Amino acid sequence: METKYISQSGIEQWFNAIITSGKRVYAPVNSRGQIDFKLVKNLNEVSSEYIQTTQSIKASVYPKAEVLFSYEKVNGKVNLTDFDPESVPETVMWKVHPCDAAGFKPLSAIFNWDGADKLHNAHLAKTSLVSFSCASADESCFCTSVNGSPGNTAGSDIQLTMLPDGGAIAEILTSRGGELAALLPSVFEADKGVKKEKYLVDLPARFSLEEVNTKLSKAFNSTVWKEQSERCIGCGACAFVCPTCACFDIQEDVHGSKGRRIRCWDACGFAMFTLHTSGHNPREHQSQRWRQRILHKFSYMPERLGVVGCTGCGRCSRACPVDMNILEHITSIAQQ
Amino acid sequence: MEKIRERAATLLAEGVVTLVLGYEEGTKRPRPLFCRNSESARKLIFDSRCIHNLAVYLTKKELVGKDRFAVIAPIATLRSIMQLYVENQLSEDKLLVLTVDPSGELRELVTFEDIAGYVEQFELKRGEREQEILSKIDEMSREERWKFWMEEMSHCFKCYACRSACPLCYCSKCVVEVNRPQWINPWPAPLANMEWHINRAMHMVGRCTACGACGDACPVGIPIDLITRKMMEDMAPEFGYIPGQPAKKGNALSTWKLDDREQFIR
Repeated sequence: METKYISQSGIEQWFNAIITSGKRVYAPVNSRGQIDFKLVKNLNEVSSEYIQTTQSIKASVYPKAEVLFSYEKVNGKVNLTDFDPESVPETVMWKVHPCDAAGFKPLSAIFNWDGADKLHNAHLAKTSLVSFSCASADESCFCTSVNGSPGNTAGSDIQLTMLPDGGAIAEILTSRGGELAALLPSVFEADKGVKKEKYLVDLPARFSLEEVNTKLSKAFNSTVWKEQSERCIGCGACAFVCPTCACFDIQEDVHGSKGRRIRCWDACGFAMFTLHTSGHNPREHQSQRWRQRILHKFSYMPERLGVVGCTGCGRCSRACPVDMNILEHITSIAQQ
Repeated sequence: MEKIRERAATLLAEGVVTLVLGYEEGTKRPRPLFCRNSESARKLIFDSRCIHNLAVYLTKKELVGKDRFAVIAPIATLRSIMQLYVENQLSEDKLLVLTVDPSGELRELVTFEDIAGYVEQFELKRGEREQEILSKIDEMSREERWKFWMEEMSHCFKCYACRSACPLCYCSKCVVEVNRPQWINPWPAPLANMEWHINRAMHMVGRCTACGACGDACPVGIPIDLITRKMMEDMAPEFGYIPGQPAKKGNALSTWKLDDREQFIR
């Protein structure tokens, strides 16, 4: 861990050095009225004025659809082609928020809980995170309620805190961050001793995780799930924009004697997610699926994986067509 | 607004209905509210910001129950209700509709005939947004249109918010989930996304009432409602009716008639 100062032009030079190194760089881009991570080549493509991207950076380490392996039957013999970790390119996620960087820990905890997930880990090994601390927030943000903060460095390799002169405090946090900085070491100047806290948004915590956890431990049969979920229409918008939701489906893409097995995003909010082949569905109603979503994030994950399944990014609340606001719902559970 | 609250409270208190489906103030804009007692009727609001199509809940039996219920319905919701009725999904004795007419009067529509008569007064027109995007698309060549939609569809991650928000997507098993045979590749990828959206559009022609709920629900901002709206606009003159407007039971693409003009087959 090392703190440096980087000037406005230094940031641009360093960004260009990362591009020149051949790494893929994804950054928030404003296009079609949406701000989302896109492959970029120039710093001027990167969006500046926004609170949150629509989607998280989850897809960088857990793609929407990914081939686990492919196969072909030739003369009675099956040829298998496994996923090749070497096929994953070096990637830099530029200008992620601390709540996004913090999402990798719960995501990895899920993918590695009973065995190492080769695909996810291959992406993780090749992905570096340059986070920007948050100078602004909106009413959906609540990172400070879930162990985060606008300047949280967890998960980041380098964190920049923008200063009024256009430069930034650069915290080089990991050896991978060190390698990124080493692409153009000259722009990382001596720390000016400026405290970053002054440049972070003030976001008071809205609920206590311990309190929520205590309430949830007795809430399985509560009527709260039905009350809260009545308006939920059962789509997967919340799960798909979430930085930590990891439900997946396995699909087969077969064409004659060859095919691919594909892992793709799924959501516990879908009625089909738990439907058995017998026709029985243990989570028949939306209220049961809503309960699962909340309990998994705020109860099961802390208990079993030692990490909260929510980083307070607020994307689910922003994306929900019917205003299922997670902050409002969790706060109301905490106050019950 | 006060009149709606009062009427809803009375209906609930007198046991005429066990549920009033309406709107309450949400965290960003009004959102659906399920009023099950006269107390909660105080939260009801109704103004031009109330655009969720509440008809989406009317076919969910676990929510509306077996008893009679009321729904507060702006015009777009009324069209969906009419279409659901045309498709035999709603029964008159279970439903009571509350709406506010342009003069601000609270109207109570009891029968489907009442609703039909009311809906008939309102012309289904494109809004500014629809006009703007659709006229741009109309000017495109076929290749440009394909490119435009392929680009839009590439952003789809198959959360199915479009389907979930649609009052007319009430199938217990959607075609996209049929896997014997697998008609549509279920993973998100540009072509697989297009397969889904083409299928969705084909299933909506003659049924879509252009309420815009699907486009409004899309978290990645695909103007998905314009596909079904445009197809509705193309279909209507050919078959002589607008879905959601008073029509005889049966739909353009599911009812075969000897005198169908079939001019769209080229």
